[in-house]
Amino acid sequence: MRQGNIIKLVALVLLVAAAVALSIKPLMDPVKGIPLGLDLRGGVHLVLQAEQDKDGTPITKDDIDKAKAIIANRVNDLGVSEPIVQADYDKKRIIIDLAGVTDPDKAVDILKTTAKLTFRDTQGNVVLKGDDLKDAKGGQGQQQGQFVVNLTFSSDGAKKFGDLTTKLIGQRLGVYLDDKLLTNPTVNTPILNGQAEITGYDTLEAAAEDAVLMRSGSLPVSMSIAEKRQVGASLGVDSLERSIQAGLYGLIFIFLFMLIFYHLPGVVANFSLIVYALIVLWVFWMFRVVLTLPGIAGFILSIGMAVDFNIIIYERVKEEIRAGKSLRAGVESGFSRAFVTVIDAHVTTLIAALTLYAFGTGSIKGFALTLGIGIIASLFTAITFTRFVLRLTVGISPKMKTTWFGVRRDA
Amino acid sequence: MEKNGHTATYDEVQKLHPLYFNIVKKRYWWFAISLIIMIPGIISLFMQGLNLGIDFKGGTMLDVTFKKAVSQAAITDTMKSVGLEGPVQLSNGDTAALIRTVALEEGKRSELLTALETKVGEYDKTNIKEDKVGPAMGQELTRNAIYALIIAMGMMIIYITVRFQFVFAISGILALLHDVLVVVGIFSLFQWEIDSTFVAAILTIVGYSINDTVIIFDRIRENEAKMKRSDTYEDMVDKSIWQTMRRSINTVVTVLIALLSVFILGGESTRMFSLAMLIGVFTGAYSSIFIASQILLEVKDHMKKPREVARRSALKP
Repeated sequence: MRQGNIIKLVALVLLVAAAVALSIKPLMDPVKGIPLGLDLRGGVHLVLQAEQDKDGTPITKDDIDKAKAIIANRVNDLGVSEPIVQADYDKKRIIIDLAGVTDPDKAVDILKTTAKLTFRDTQGNVVLKGDDLKDAKGGQGQQQGQFVVNLTFSSDGAKKFGDLTTKLIGQRLGVYLDDKLLTNPTVNTPILNGQAEITGYDTLEAAAEDAVLMRSGSLPVSMSIAEKRQVGASLGVDSLERSIQAGLYGLIFIFLFMLIFYHLPGVVANFSLIVYALIVLWVFWMFRVVLTLPGIAGFILSIGMAVDFNIIIYERVKEEIRAGKSLRAGVESGFSRAFVTVIDAHVTTLIAALTLYAFGTGSIKGFALTLGIGIIASLFTAITFTRFVLRLTVGISPKMKTTWFGVRRDA
Repeated sequence: MEKNGHTATYDEVQKLHPLYFNIVKKRYWWFAISLIIMIPGIISLFMQGLNLGIDFKGGTMLDVTFKKAVSQAAITDTMKSVGLEGPVQLSNGDTAALIRTVALEEGKRSELLTALETKVGEYDKTNIKEDKVGPAMGQELTRNAIYALIIAMGMMIIYITVRFQFVFAISGILALLHDVLVVVGIFSLFQWEIDSTFVAAILTIVGYSINDTVIIFDRIRENEAKMKRSDTYEDMVDKSIWQTMRRSINTVVTVLIALLSVFILGGESTRMFSLAMLIGVFTGAYSSIFIASQILLEVKDHMKKPREVARRSALKP
């Protein structure tokens, strides 16, 4: 029994150490690891508010859906990993999170434009609309260093475009994005196959950017920026480093504190704390919880609260031992009594986290989520892991000194 | 008998703590101390309110890092030249400027940035931090914060009433309001700017402080059931507070350690949040020990007396 316990404990320590070592890489992986919020790696958060036009036509759920689809389309073309586009139908808003976008200014430009593509004749009449367009792509032009947008029309559009170019031969055809003239080419020959190109771009990026706007079409409602939060990439990295440092130092000092005040159970508590942190981080990873700055603060705070569990239990165990119980009986009854206390106390904190989650927006939601996960994970760790390790420890020897548990018994 | 142990007596609990003193008997002192701290804050709240950041009022906040040291006047003048005004704060050897102004449209924003570049100096384009909040969003935040606070407190009252008694719930919530008022009062007194994370801090303080209080209430509930005829409620409460004292102190120390490391090392963006939490957690621990249980005692006392009087009067022929 005694040796068995020691072997089990040693195996457990090795197992946890291995788990920590194996976790660092997958959790910190920039692509597949825990996703970082834009305040930790730079990026932009936008809330677009749909606004009623002058006629006062109400904005329907369908409008928001369409706008969301178009914006999602544009976002995907920006090449951001894990972009978030959400619709809030009640408040008629679209929320966009682009973490890690390299040029936030340009991203905002692209997302906001209404972008309606039209073809106009020399008098300025609209002769063809972007609706007939099937695809638009940026590409290399015929000459070196020249870039173009290649247009592909739908079968209907191809026919219209064919008629149009036949009629307007020798004249100029204006290509407009909203009211901005993109190019004003002269029609040389009728284009009947539905393939055309707009020339005159200096860079491939510029061509690609316009192509995105052309193919994703126009927003059904006009949108204004109700909220915008932009963080430069280097600022984000700086914040991340600072928070990790804060977390590490916090953890080290809590470890020391527990060792000094609780001796042997303090070691168990610190060991449980490592397991706790590991569980929380893997839960973040599994559910793709986006880690933000307030989120990290919530996590560090929850470490402080997770220790509370151990403190409540140990204080209770001490009392039971003082009351005359044996070490093992004290641990058992102390645990079950402390459990009632802990449940009541933590349900109330969980209530606060839940209301924060329900009513909070953006970063507050992130904070509430990490806090909530932290509370549940600390309950789980205490019931399963801490209890198990504590039982193994006191089971090593019936003659174990109670002073190791910080109890002085004058018998 | 020895195997099952025995419950610690009041005397034993007193002896166990070298610094023991009767907390319950001095309760009016604690009430007075709390009032002395709260009253200036409450007056300040009415007189000057809170220093609301753009998260509440709406506006744009631009954090621009210039490549050379700049002057405040140069930035203010440049802002004026594009028709804007607002406070400018310089830091980091006068290279970082925090500019606050009304909520800027994209066009106006780039006009300002271009003007800054030409008139004030080159800045690091990849290192801009911008927060823009429309006025409607700000109102929403305030409204949601108040809703969240009311709903959280309501749900806590229900939970504590179910698990304990209604008196416990009311006492706990009063202690909570005390904590919120202390923190909000101090922030108003010093006119520290608050943002949306302040709301999160307040709600976490609420969640944390009630947690602390419930631990002590739990012990009162346990001891109340074991009370003998000769025991007074006062002594029982005092005993319960001291039985949980080690836990109360040690827990608050670990949480304060965690918060202090965020406050010192966490950087500018979480500084106000951790400051609010530090004050709140400290106040929460204080109110759990010195205020919540004493309010409970007072309420129980007042509830008992009229009934006793009524019983006595009914006995009269």
